[in-house]
Amino acid sequence: MAKIVSLTDAVAEFVHDGDTVALEGFTHLIPFAAGHEIIRQRRRDLTLARMTPDLVYDQIIGAGCARKLIFSWGGNPGVGSLYRLRDAITAGWPVPLEIEEYTHAGMANRYVAGAAGLPFAVLRGAAGTDLVRHTRGVSTVRCPFTGERLTAVAALNPDVTIVHAQRADRAGNVSMWGITGVQKEAVLAARRALVTVEEIVDELTPMPDEVVLPRFTVDAVAVVSGGAAPSYAHGYYDRDNAAYLEWEKISRDRETFTAWLRDLEKNEPEKGEPAAERGAP
Amino acid sequence: MTVAAARELRDGQVVFVGIDLPSRAANLARRLHAPGLVLVYESGTIDTRPDELPLSIGDGVLADTALSVVSVPEIFNYWLQSGRMDVGFLSGAQIDRYANLNTTVIGEYDEPDVRLPGSGGAPEISAGCREVIVVMRHRKRAFVDRVDFVTTCGYGTGPTDRALLGLRGAGPVRVITDLGVLEPEPESKELMLTALHPGVTVEQARAETGWSLEISDELGETTPPTERELTTLRAMKTVGAAGR
Repeated sequence: MAKIVSLTDAVAEFVHDGDTVALEGFTHLIPFAAGHEIIRQRRRDLTLARMTPDLVYDQIIGAGCARKLIFSWGGNPGVGSLYRLRDAITAGWPVPLEIEEYTHAGMANRYVAGAAGLPFAVLRGAAGTDLVRHTRGVSTVRCPFTGERLTAVAALNPDVTIVHAQRADRAGNVSMWGITGVQKEAVLAARRALVTVEEIVDELTPMPDEVVLPRFTVDAVAVVSGGAAPSYAHGYYDRDNAAYLEWEKISRDRETFTAWLRDLEKNEPEKGEPAAERGAP
Repeated sequence: MTVAAARELRDGQVVFVGIDLPSRAANLARRLHAPGLVLVYESGTIDTRPDELPLSIGDGVLADTALSVVSVPEIFNYWLQSGRMDVGFLSGAQIDRYANLNTTVIGEYDEPDVRLPGSGGAPEISAGCREVIVVMRHRKRAFVDRVDFVTTCGYGTGPTDRALLGLRGAGPVRVITDLGVLEPEPESKELMLTALHPGVTVEQARAETGWSLEISDELGETTPPTERELTTLRAMKTVGAAGR
């Protein structure tokens, strides 16, 4: 059952050195504050899983917290490259980074299999690509009914999945809406799940396209208003596209990144303001 | 290139849209000749009608204006893989004579000269869409004899590969560049030059292609962008990114 805790306590209790950690959120609801707390608590040797590493993994990788990345598309969407990720892969800075890559559908279906308690998932698509030769988790399987050869991907079951959502109630039931990506599957596939939310409400009112994570699927909920910025929280704040453009400059150079990192480590953990002071959406 | 790509889209088609140029082209087509174009983004937004261009494939404007928003596993499994998309747009750092695309590495996989973003949804777009249109700048380092890494299978090593691999869509039917248009030769599936933009010569196209480029017997010339196309294109703004 979910307990309501601070972000600092949640990361301290649920994210351990050497864990396989998935921070999901497909452009929307990316758990940046939780990623920053992982950096502040100086976790090491993490295996990071995420479809689109985005800025948040560029930051965690640049901080030296990870030894491996499992992903399907590693760029700054609409802007360019993730230079900390590139630097870690090609130059081993600040620590070497092993990679394991899939297609988007491959990653999505790995979580689906993990959530469903299956050892693998079946899909079409990776046939004819060089990924098959380089990625252990991709293979082929023959359909027992038609004989057709299909792509198989191994299930992904993270030690801990962290997502950001709009709301939770006091019992720890979580509600998110808008583009909800692969978060439900990533939470259900994980051994432990931590959710940061914009606010805690007395009662969850149904929202269009809502995804609900019942309290028995979540271990901890932490209130962090603004916890998805510079990505966005639908109904709360917009994507800070200027910050995504700005990251290009920070990420490109080790020194500017290191200065950014020192600033982050100096700052207080992101606790979030009480919901009442911000007003409901 | 954006205008040429937009013209490829017909009213009523269902198009799986990637970010940047494909998104600009699809939204341009929707504002011009294809108001009934159905835009589907891999973030799970179906039939979305953004009034401003998104910077990423998951901007809020896409969800706000969508007919339906579904999960990422669902968009790939039920909508793309099942063959419900008419057209997919792709690009890459490299393309070869059989329209295979590389967005993974330049150089060796284990010791790359340049590490690129990786595959994203491109392999499934090429496998699942009824047809694929590739949009790329025509440069010799990008139009290579063999790609360093096959991220996305076009025609593999020749005309029979797609069927043998179980790839059900037709594959890349057109490559639009800043010099002209390439299409697979119907028998061999090798890309050949079928049209040039006004003012571009065959020699220029050959010089920027890393294999001996065949020229179609019916080599055409593309129609220059109209004033309306250009005005509409310039009027489209990207959300929250002034000056882009």
